[in-house]
Amino acid sequence: MRTVFKKPRAMTKRPMHYCPGCTHGIIHRLVGEAIDSLGILEETIGVASVGCSVFAYDYFNCDMQQAAHGRAPAVATGIKRVLPQRTVFTYQGDGDLASIGMAEIVHAAARGENITVIFVNNAIYGMTSGQMAPTSLIGQKTTTSPRGRSVKDAGYPIKICELLATLEGPSYLARVSSHDPRHILQAGRAIKKAFRMQKEKRGFALVEVLSTCSVNWGLTPRGAMEWLAENMIPTYPLGVYKDVTAKEGD
Amino acid sequence: MTKTLIRGNEALAEAAIRAGCKAFFGYPITPQNEIPDYMAYHLPLRGGVYLQAESEVSAINMVYGAAGTGTRVMTSSSSPGISLKQEGISYLAAGELPCVIVNVMRCGPGLGGIHPGQGDYFQAVKGGGHGDYRLLVLAPGSVQEMADLTTLAFDLADKWRNPVLILSDGILGQMMEPVEFSPEEGPLAMDKPWATTGAVNRKPNVINTLDIVPESLEKKNYALLAKYERIKREEIRWEEKKISDADLILVAYGTSARVARSAMDLARGKGLKVGLFRPISLFPFPYPQLKRLACRKRQFLVIEMSGGQMLEDVRLAVEGRSKVHFTNRLGGMVPTPQDVLETILKIREGGGPGENSF
Amino acid sequence: MPKGQVIIDSERCKECSLCLTVCPHDVLRISKTINANGYHPVEAALPENCTGCTLCAVICPDLVLTIKRLVPERT
Repeated sequence: MRTVFKKPRAMTKRPMHYCPGCTHGIIHRLVGEAIDSLGILEETIGVASVGCSVFAYDYFNCDMQQAAHGRAPAVATGIKRVLPQRTVFTYQGDGDLASIGMAEIVHAAARGENITVIFVNNAIYGMTSGQMAPTSLIGQKTTTSPRGRSVKDAGYPIKICELLATLEGPSYLARVSSHDPRHILQAGRAIKKAFRMQKEKRGFALVEVLSTCSVNWGLTPRGAMEWLAENMIPTYPLGVYKDVTAKEGD
Repeated sequence: MTKTLIRGNEALAEAAIRAGCKAFFGYPITPQNEIPDYMAYHLPLRGGVYLQAESEVSAINMVYGAAGTGTRVMTSSSSPGISLKQEGISYLAAGELPCVIVNVMRCGPGLGGIHPGQGDYFQAVKGGGHGDYRLLVLAPGSVQEMADLTTLAFDLADKWRNPVLILSDGILGQMMEPVEFSPEEGPLAMDKPWATTGAVNRKPNVINTLDIVPESLEKKNYALLAKYERIKREEIRWEEKKISDADLILVAYGTSARVARSAMDLARGKGLKVGLFRPISLFPFPYPQLKRLACRKRQFLVIEMSGGQMLEDVRLAVEGRSKVHFTNRLGGMVPTPQDVLETILKIREGGGPGENSF
Repeated sequence: MPKGQVIIDSERCKECSLCLTVCPHDVLRISKTINANGYHPVEAALPENCTGCTLCAVICPDLVLTIKRLVPERT
């Protein structure tokens, strides 16, 4: 028999700290598989952010920097500008990227900064135990929206792919999901493409991965997968929001 | 060597390029704009990267990223912008990333004004950001020193793996003086095995400031403190003028020190035994050197464009052995040598403003 | 002779059970044993049913599963 599925080389052996069923582990693996398949492990420098994925530097088997909350795109910019031949990626959650780091992500995108951004959207602050995120759904109950997110008080969820698609800088923007194997495989292809765009020097590429937080959503891991499919996807439609290679039939 | 007549901010920028600075990340704010302007024009022509960030916050984090690759990197700003950078500075210090940060001080607090000030002394030397960390802080007193201390700052940053802050002010940044530049340095020979440059033929490097295990973080804290102690032993810099017979020593840095020096000359012209002590490194502060000068027969007069910030360090240094007086101007006003002379004369008469504090 | 084989790193398993929900051939179940982290790790109840389709490994968040197969079919 042949081994057809194993831990990617781009990931360390270290057990991950995530809660049972947390899709961060899946998305980490997809990033690792993308790095493996492009053969770029030695040239890759990753930037971990603040949030549940703060320890990402322990799980990726490449050079890593750990950035301040929201600043990963700025840190990645600093790395990429002085080492343009290296592959630089950030791995950020929704609080980090869509709230405190909004300026950094918008300007990195507007500059067409040649980096790859993995944006994990689970509609909640997981690490700090379940507060409302900028991407929390209308009516979603969190510790800081205990009666459900109200538009009157907290406005509307931020749709990052749609927002960034208005800019000319990005080369590739896609929203994918992690709630079942079919979507996970699709997410893997999008992530690989986002890395390839950087290798081809096409500029800023971002993949938004809808993900779960079963513990803070108060659901089982399986229930969380179903909740994602039923509730998040209608607010955050999946698809490719920008692809400068689309015309080339890529 | 020929001398160039050049503005302070531009002298600093040129010296940085000659010192091997290969990346500059900035954001416009007065009165430091000539630094990013100069870098934007010259750095790309000389093998470096210039980028205008979307904010001071982003700029300092770009510095973090670039410093993490071992590249010589710099940012500059003025007081309110430096406040915005404090979070990033704390991370840089914690990550032990070498870089140079320039504060061309204006007056505050708040948006304050665009005229020169020295109100950021506490922020520069006592912390500014969160946590137990120190920066090496250098205070130029002339346009020549804007250049020379920048060269030194890059070397110290690499030597100690620590951010170095150049604490200048709006006058030193804007004034023009003749400067002799150091020759341009060749490629940096220093080995930086910790840098994240891509894990080719080695284990991955991680630049990280997080450690949630108290035992381990405490160890790291102690290691940083031990480094700061070594810095205190090895990196104190200061200048003395006409100290040996002086019964009144003026203590000032930066623009205030230039005023103090003129005031000292005026006082000497009147036969008064006045000297000048000018700290060049503000961290480490020349406590032992000032302490050595302190005695009952000798008094000190601290001159600052702040409410009395370095004054506290001078008091700490003399340990009560000498009387310490203080005079200042605020809000972008600069004390004149005549102002300082009048204070000196009052002190001579036994009056003086005394230990004026706020 | 099964077409596939699932190799389980029990110590990494957190009992999230996502693999069970996607296995088309009921190969996996939660075991009665307890690992060092206090979880009941997944085990192969019907290993002979395994086709090596990898769906369980695709959804596993914790790199618990390694899959072998006679003829590769995953694209």
